[in-house]
Amino acid sequence: MHTERPVDTDNDALAAVVNPASLTGVFKEGIWSNNAGFVQLLGLCPMLAVTTTLAYGIGLGFATTLVLVLSNGLVSVTRNITASYLRIPTYVLLIASLVTLIDILLHAYLFELHRVLGLFIPLIVTNCAIIARAEAFASRQPVAQALVDGLAHGLGFTLVLMILGFFRELMGAGTLFAGMDSLFGPIASTWTVSVHSGFLLLILPPGAFLALGMLLAARNALSARKPRRSEASVSASPTTN
Amino acid sequence: MKFIQSSAPHIRKPRSVRAIMFEVCLALIPAALIHVYFLGPGLVLNVCVAVSVALACEYLMLRLRGQSIAPFIGDGSAVLAALLIAFALPPLTPWWVTATAAAFAMIVAKHLYGGLGFNTFNPAMAGYAVVLVSFPAELALWTAPVGAQIDPGSLSLLQSIQVTLTGSLPEAYTWDQITQATPLDSVQIGLSQGAMLSELFYDQGLTTYGAQPWIAINLAILAGGVWLLGRKLISWHIPAGVLFGVAISALAGRILDSDAYSPLFFHIFSGSVIMGAFFIASDPVSAATSRRGKLIYALGIGILIYSIRAWGSYPDGVAFAVLFMNMLVPLIDHFTIPRAYGHAR
Repeated sequence: MHTERPVDTDNDALAAVVNPASLTGVFKEGIWSNNAGFVQLLGLCPMLAVTTTLAYGIGLGFATTLVLVLSNGLVSVTRNITASYLRIPTYVLLIASLVTLIDILLHAYLFELHRVLGLFIPLIVTNCAIIARAEAFASRQPVAQALVDGLAHGLGFTLVLMILGFFRELMGAGTLFAGMDSLFGPIASTWTVSVHSGFLLLILPPGAFLALGMLLAARNALSARKPRRSEASVSASPTTN
Repeated sequence: MKFIQSSAPHIRKPRSVRAIMFEVCLALIPAALIHVYFLGPGLVLNVCVAVSVALACEYLMLRLRGQSIAPFIGDGSAVLAALLIAFALPPLTPWWVTATAAAFAMIVAKHLYGGLGFNTFNPAMAGYAVVLVSFPAELALWTAPVGAQIDPGSLSLLQSIQVTLTGSLPEAYTWDQITQATPLDSVQIGLSQGAMLSELFYDQGLTTYGAQPWIAINLAILAGGVWLLGRKLISWHIPAGVLFGVAISALAGRILDSDAYSPLFFHIFSGSVIMGAFFIASDPVSAATSRRGKLIYALGIGILIYSIRAWGSYPDGVAFAVLFMNMLVPLIDHFTIPRAYGHAR
């Protein structure tokens, strides 16, 4: 455990808060106990629309993670010079710039993936998980904590996208690893495994909701099975919103 | 004794869920016999698969939910839902399609919503809609009825079982040989290709009531439905509303353009309007509650069935119409609360 020291901040609105959180606690919270995807249910639009295959889930997940880490870092660095009444527009500006940057980078280096994810890359800007982390965490914590928090929440979101993408692709289309070449280049074009002819419903929007519902049920069943551990990790988290 | 706030007689014999479900199943028997006569033993196989899967899923879900098993599994609601699914699917449907429909109906549409009495959606139609969306190719294969223009190389019972289990035909047969588009399907396809309605009916040998086997099956279902009405198991509001909804839309279509919209009785006696009106929409759990509400609910179903048939991409629309109106039931109920005696409107 890290030694607790007060945060030096002259930002009145935020000064009331918080000792820096322990890095492992922050990480666990982002991946599991306060996961943006299946605990907070943030970012439902990309989560349900993109996860028709595992590859798209991974792609959008990592793009979101990148934005989240950078935006958390920038928000944390600038937290002492941001006027509190201007903080939301500032976050929006920072996040929008980052998303534009990543959109352009993907367009340049992962063109196939960019073509498929298309609209959902610019839409990362509206993913409430990102601004929620900026407001609830990064604006009140040192840079290291903010970066870890961004990484953990990003990976947690990616995890949900991957699980949804995996099951929806496997059961809905009856394939696995389709379209991986848009992520890993032409070597991956032979990775596609075709299992059966598919159960179309799961590819369609109602199937996305069904799959998410099942995932939430499974997650709740898991945490109900070990109540002591999940309670401990919740009480270790200093930030709640 | 139970007192009900309406005019006399006030004393009614309480019916158990089990007795009601049993009588509704009984009312389907004549239709089943005619179905088997015209379309082969496929229906019986569908029933076997659907009933056993539905009961297994019901048992599983009751166990998981910690409910008492014997009274709920014995109430017959799972069997009735399975029968409705079996009727909705074509004969010779591969077993995994039927099983998926029955499992979805029981697990998701019924028990995840809280079990019998709490399900928002009609379980049988939810299960059917899932497989209709997921397995469009399998669900388009209706066996050609006896007496059809093309000669169906009729399958024996053993061969039918084989097809149901494997999903593929014995070597001497092809699907083109033993299946035929239903009247609704062929008319919809013909119209979409720009044919005139009168030519289509002539070419297909259809009367204004449709094709003979389907009329016979629908008449048998109608007989069962009328028996249910006579036994006061269902109220007249829902069947009347559905039939009226289909009828006024069909008449409006005829007046608008009699070369593009099929005749009224063709709509009623082809496909599953009668089944929907008497056996599916009348499910008391997922239908509206008050009499006025029931009429609105049923009218909506009728108009939607016609709209899906006339302008949709599916040849029949009973399942989607029922599910859609199921969704509106809370709204309908909210606006049709009956006036309590002595209170202002």
